[in-house]
Parts: sequence; C-alpha cells; structure tokens
Amino acid sequence: MIDPNFVALSRWQFAGTALYHFLFVPLTLGLSWLLVIMETVYVMTGKEIYKDMTRFWGKLFGINFALGVTTGLTMEFQFGTNWSYYSHYVGDVFGAPLAIEGLMAFFLESTFIGLFFLGWDKLSKRQHLAVTFFTALGSNLSALWILVANGWMQNPVGAAFSPETMRMEMKSFADVFFNPVAQVKFVHTVAAGYVTGSLFVLGISAWHILKGRDLPFMRRSFAVAVGFGLASCLSVIVLGDESGYTLGDVQKVKLAAIEAEWHTEPAPAAFTLFGLPSQDKEETEDKIQIPWLMGVIATRSLDKPVEGLSELMVDHERRIRSGMIAYDGLMKIRGGDASPQTKALFDAHAKDLGYGLLLKQFTENPAQATDAEVKAAVKTTIPTVWPLFWSFRIMVGLGFLMLFVFAAGFWLNATNRLEENRWYLWLAVLAIPAPWIACETGWFVAEFGRQPWAIGEVLPTFLATSSLTTGDLIFSLAGFLTFYTLLLVIEIFLMQKYARLGPSSLGLGRYHHETKRALTMK
Amino acid sequence: MFDLLDYATLKFVWWILVGVLLMGFAITDGMDMGVGVLLPFVARTDAERRIAINTVGPHWDGNQVWLITAGGAIFAAWPAVYAAAFSGFYMAMLLVLFALFFRPVGFDYRSKIDDTLWRSAWDWGLFVSGAVPALIFGVAFGNLLQGVPFHLDDMLRSHYQGSLLTALLPLLNPFALLAGVISLGMLTVHGALWLQLRADDPVASRARKTTVALAPVVALLFLGAGVWLWFGVDGFRVVSAPPHDAASNPLAKEVARVAHAWFDIYAVVPAAKAAPVAGVLGPIVAGLLASARRPGLGFVANAFGMVGIIGSAGLSMFPFIMPSSIDPRSSLTIWDAASSHFTLTVMFVAAAILLPIVLGYTIWCYARMWGRVTADQIEAQSHSAY
Repeated sequence: MIDPNFVALSRWQFAGTALYHFLFVPLTLGLSWLLVIMETVYVMTGKEIYKDMTRFWGKLFGINFALGVTTGLTMEFQFGTNWSYYSHYVGDVFGAPLAIEGLMAFFLESTFIGLFFLGWDKLSKRQHLAVTFFTALGSNLSALWILVANGWMQNPVGAAFSPETMRMEMKSFADVFFNPVAQVKFVHTVAAGYVTGSLFVLGISAWHILKGRDLPFMRRSFAVAVGFGLASCLSVIVLGDESGYTLGDVQKVKLAAIEAEWHTEPAPAAFTLFGLPSQDKEETEDKIQIPWLMGVIATRSLDKPVEGLSELMVDHERRIRSGMIAYDGLMKIRGGDASPQTKALFDAHAKDLGYGLLLKQFTENPAQATDAEVKAAVKTTIPTVWPLFWSFRIMVGLGFLMLFVFAAGFWLNATNRLEENRWYLWLAVLAIPAPWIACETGWFVAEFGRQPWAIGEVLPTFLATSSLTTGDLIFSLAGFLTFYTLLLVIEIFLMQKYARLGPSSLGLGRYHHETKRALTMK
Repeated sequence: MFDLLDYATLKFVWWILVGVLLMGFAITDGMDMGVGVLLPFVARTDAERRIAINTVGPHWDGNQVWLITAGGAIFAAWPAVYAAAFSGFYMAMLLVLFALFFRPVGFDYRSKIDDTLWRSAWDWGLFVSGAVPALIFGVAFGNLLQGVPFHLDDMLRSHYQGSLLTALLPLLNPFALLAGVISLGMLTVHGALWLQLRADDPVASRARKTTVALAPVVALLFLGAGVWLWFGVDGFRVVSAPPHDAASNPLAKEVARVAHAWFDIYAVVPAAKAAPVAGVLGPIVAGLLASARRPGLGFVANAFGMVGIIGSAGLSMFPFIMPSSIDPRSSLTIWDAASSHFTLTVMFVAAAILLPIVLGYTIWCYARMWGRVTADQIEAQSHSAY
C-alpha cells in the first residue's frame, strides 16, 4: 500500500530542492540580458566604464550562476531517482523537452559562459559581445524548454495513454510545444527573472549611491536597471493576468482554489481580495470582495460563470466512477483480453483513468472501490486552499510593490532627483528580496495548486514516486540539507562581500576602495 | 508525423546516440575530471594550481553538459532505463551528485578569496568532484555487466532489492570496483595528457610522468577485466522476444543467463572486436606518445582508447542495457525499453540538427582560448582568472 509519510518526504525533497534551485535561476535569466545591454553600450560607444560595469555585474552573475548549475544537476537526476514511476509513465513525452533543453540551451549557455569570464583578452569586442549574448540566449532557451515540460505537467496535451506499454505516449510535438499553459508560463517566468535581475542591480546601485561611492558607475547601472525593470515589471503583471485567463480555461480547480471560490457565483464573479478560507466548512469567512473583477480576469466576459470547488467536485466524482471502468478495462487488456468490446469500453473511459488511479491510495483494486472510498477520493481532488490563497496574494502584492519601486525610480532618475531622495534609495535596497519571495510563492501556487496530480488529471502524485524506503529519503534529505545550507552560506558570504566592494573588486586601480587606499598611502 | 526511419532502426540509432553522448562526456568532461583528480598532486603551489585549473577553466561547464544531456537523452529515449537505473542506484547516484556539487563552486569560488585554507579546501573539493563520479560511473558499468537486482511488476513499476547500505554495498563488489578503477584511470590519464598540452612546467612535466606510469596500467587492468568477464561473469542472452519493432514491453521476453554470453557479439559481428583492441592499444599508445613528448597525438590516442573501453562494455551487453540478476525477463534491452516510434523520431531530428551546431561552436571556443597557461598570465589576470 501507499505509505503517506514516504510520499510526503519525496514531495518535500522535490519541492525543497526545486525552490532552492529557483533562488538562482531568475537572477541568471535577468542579469544576463542586463550584461548584454551594458556590453552593447560599451561596444557602440567605446566607453570603458560600460566594460567595467559588464565585468563587475558579471562577477556577481558568476557567483550566482555557479550555484544555479550545481542545484540544476539535482533537478536533472531527481525525476529518475525519486519519481521513477513518473519517469516511466510520462518519459516518452516529458523526457523530450528535457533532452532538447540540454542540446539546445545548456550547451549554448555553458559553452560560452567560460569565455564570458576568461575571454576578455582573447576575443575581439564584438566576439565577446556575441559570447555574452549567446550565454543570455542559452539561459532563456533553457527556461523555454523546462516550462514546456512543466506546462505539460499542468495541461497534458498532445499525448495519449497506451495500455500495451502502460504509459503516456506523445502524439503531437507541436501540441506539446504550443501548449497554451507552457507559452504563458514561459513569458511570465522569464519576465519575472528580468524583474529579479533589475531589482538586484537597482538595489545594490542604490546602496552605493547612498554611500556616495563610485557615483558615475552606479548611476549608470541604476539607469540601465530601472528602464529594463519597469518594462519587465509591467510585462509580468500583464502576463500574469493572461495566466489567470488560461487557468480559467484549462485549470479550473487551481483557479478556484487560488480564489477560495467554494461555490459557483453568478457571473461576473467577484474577486476576493482578502478572507479566511476554511477547508472543512467549504467556505471563506470574513471576505473583502471586489465585484466583477474575477469574472473579467478568468473569462474575459461579463456573462460566463467561474466554477466553484463544490461544483467541480461533483464533476470529479463522475470522473472517478468513469475511471473505475477504465481501470477495470485496463486490467483486462493487460491480462490478455483482446476483445474489441473491452477495448472500446476502455477507450470510452480512458481519459478518466487518472481519476480512477486516485482510488489507489484507498484500495488495491480501484475497479471494486466502495462508495465510501469514492467519496474519500473526491475530497482529495482539490488542493488545500488557504496556502494557495495566501501565497498568491503575497506574490501579487509584491508585484505591485515592485512596480512602484521601478516607476518611482524611473521618475526620480529622469528628473535627476535620485540622490536627494534618500528614502527612495533605502526603499530600493530593502526591496532586494521582494522578487525572490514573489518567484518562490509563484512557483508554490503553480505546483501546490496542481495537487493531487503529478501530471494533471493523468497521474496522481502519490503513485509517481520511486519504490524506495523512508530510510533512503531521510538519508538523501539530510544530505541535501547539509550541502545546500553550506553552499548557501558560502554564496551569500561571497555575494555580499563582492557587492559591497563594488567595481574595486576588478583590481583596475580606478575605483573607490583602491583610490582611497592610494590617497592614504601618500 | 513522418516515418523518417523505421522503428527498429531508430531503436538501434538511439543506442548509438546514447553511446556517442557517453563517449563525448568521457572525452570532454572526463578530461576536466582527470585534471581535478591530479590537481593536488601535480600542482603544488597556489600558482601551479591556478595554472592547472585555468587550462580547463573556460570549458569545464560546457563539457559537463555532455553528462547532463546523456542523462536527458536516456530519459527521453529509454524512460524505463532512466526510471530503473536512477532509482535503483539511489545511493550511488546521490554520491555522484553530492560530489558534483563541488565542481561549479570549486572552479568559480576558489580564487575569489585569497586564503590558503579556503583555496586548498576547494582544491580537494575539485579532487572529490573528479574522482568520485569517475570511479562510480565505472562501478555502474561493472554492475550492469553482472546484472542488477531489480524487477518490474505488472504495472511496469521498478523495484530494487535493498535500501541504504544493503543496496549500496553489494554494488561495491570486486569486479565492479575493478571497472571503477579502469574508469578512474582512463579519465586521469586523459586529464594528464591535457595538462601536458596546455599547462606550463613543472605541472606539464609532472603530468607526463603520471601518464607514462599510469597509461599501461589502465590497458593491463582493462585486459584483466576482459579475462575476468570471460571466466567469472555469466552473461545474459535473449531466448525469445517479440519482433524488434513491437511496442516496448520488457515483460514479453524470455532471458537466460549463459556463461560467455557477453562475448556473443564478437562472433556474430567480427568487426566489433575493434572496440576491445582499441581499449587496450589506446592507452598504451597514449603512454608511448607522452614519453615521446607528443601529448597532442597522445590525447587523441587515449580518446580512442576510451571510446574502445566504453564501446566494449556497450557491445558486450548488446542488446541489453540493464540486465536483471533476480528476474532476467525484467531486463531492459534496446528493443523493449525504448520510447515510442514518434518520440524517437522527434528526438532524432532534434539531435541531428543540434549536435553538429554544438560541435561547431564548441570547437570555436576551444580554438579561441588555445595556448599554454603560464604563471605570468595568471599573475596579470589575478582578479579575473579562476
């Protein structure tokens, strides 16, 4: 039988290592383009200060990138080590974008990144700029392919189940690639990365401006970051709204859970700004609502309803019962029954097989499940609502806060009043963690909101694990905890050391700490 | 979509392609791992160590992608193998992973702090991140050749015998350890040849002495492993199976354990003998060329040797990828562990377009960065070099 503790440990390990990996990814995605912008200005104008900017921010980029590579390895291994049934069941579809990610994206960024750091003296200006560009392109392509893979977990299009091979098989590569969920996720995620990179440069520049150090260098860095950041932040918000629309179409459960909408409301549905969702009572208490807004976001209309969780669960019960027939048919086919009737019956119910598999946590044979077991399985078809409700609101709230930081910074910079508004510079420094918190809560919404599914409506998470023991998981979790803590301490130590040092760390002899030392030596 | 190649041919092509990726990994990233293994020994002062590290500094990250892509390709082309091997070898995979953690940070962080303890700690980190994976990859092949204790249930879920130490310790048996030492040895020789090409003295001359001493040992051990395989390890043979172009279902075949079956292929396809011959001659020739101070040609010879050694393991097991010692019919072969015809076609097209492009810009990058790394250069770039 399924051991819930073992499943929980497997999930904790994946969630922990994935969220940890994503501490480093968004900065890589965004900072790489900022480096391209800075270096392009250098190549076009020939001003050395832009080369120094590329090299200094590139140094911080490298400290971050090293841990991105380190923790990315874990992700590559982990589907096989800890989610082996998942790997067998969907590898035919899910493995392809991952392999293409390696061939198209990882090779590109990783082959050129070494030349970015070490090739300044061996490459011409234009060659080096090309190297920087290909590094940025590679990291962004990697986001594309991994989000095609992740989009398929949310919305598994372009594939069908084969009873013969007992797995999902790809039918249309174009459907997998142009999956609407994958496309909106990609643009939303990379734009969030651009915001992260921009706020990182913005905040550190603001700190140096507050200290009055290397002002020409830091003002220019601030200007590049604030422009790129404002455009990106607007994109994230618009594209996030687009994600909401896509969810209303294909992931109704997630949308209803994010909104804590327990019952279908008359159209156009209201948006719940705040409230206290209760899973037991199936309602949200003490709500503050904005009329109409939800209906407009999710359906782009005033007359279509947004379905509530209770109504969705009625439909889930129907699909679980249909899934029992599919499971029964599957067992007969795998037992050697080749009759056309069995095949026709299975085919008619095949799309509900995943719902039938949900019963596996209560009974060995879903085909014979009792009414009580079906009712229990229905309860598991929706995720726990309150963590989703709140994570989503944290993410959106931070998004608007960052929009304010960029807009105000843009205005102050354009009107040349940055240095006299010290409150703003401090705000920019304090806002540095905001994009990371927003990214992590965003991923939490996306993946916790997918539960109980590993692959939406196809493969339940509890079935997707490897056949390991709790002891194996405790060992690996302890290992990850030890190494990841150690690496994080080292990374933050180096990052803050070099961020504080500023361009003096390049050893060029013309920046704050070096000129100060030269003066005192006289 | 389009039936570019028939299903059976594609299954065979993917066996070749996964082999190519593993060989690509050995030739490129194996060299970095070899440099990591040698680092504490052939480079003694900080300046020498920075020379050694910077010979692979611009390239190690791209090279490592051969390993990552081989993993991704196994996932996409042989999902059943990816599932059974990665979860079955759980403890070993974790050891490899934890060791690999020290590579990116070792390269990038080491020289960012000017402190002896800090730097020597990362040097040993680079040693571990080279030695442990090199050893364990060999151990894995050694175990594949003996069969692995796993079985598939009727839902095709893979179950492995044992957990924690009861799963790990049986993997460290004498034959597998011999395979591990061969793997470690061949990658170390490879790294040593690279250092002779790209590092300044005294690092290069120490690396030459290492090569001359170690390369013949690798050849001898590989030959010894072949003899052991003949006398001491029973092979696997497919007794009956569905046609090669049937849908992948491992449980539909009969498999027997037969003495000397791992040598079947060399009788059926005599040309296959080229692989073990290259495996023995490659390292010997590489050692001779190193002592004649021709490390460039030696590097090529050793690359052929590694292709021969990896090729011998793959050919001997053909068509098996992962034989099962406790339930032979659960064994995974290239015919019954593969993805669907459609997926193999898509992946083949992707690889055919992208691999040549990758090779092209990789060569460009090596060409631009070519030249001997000297102490003067490191001194001049002490703030930017690794």
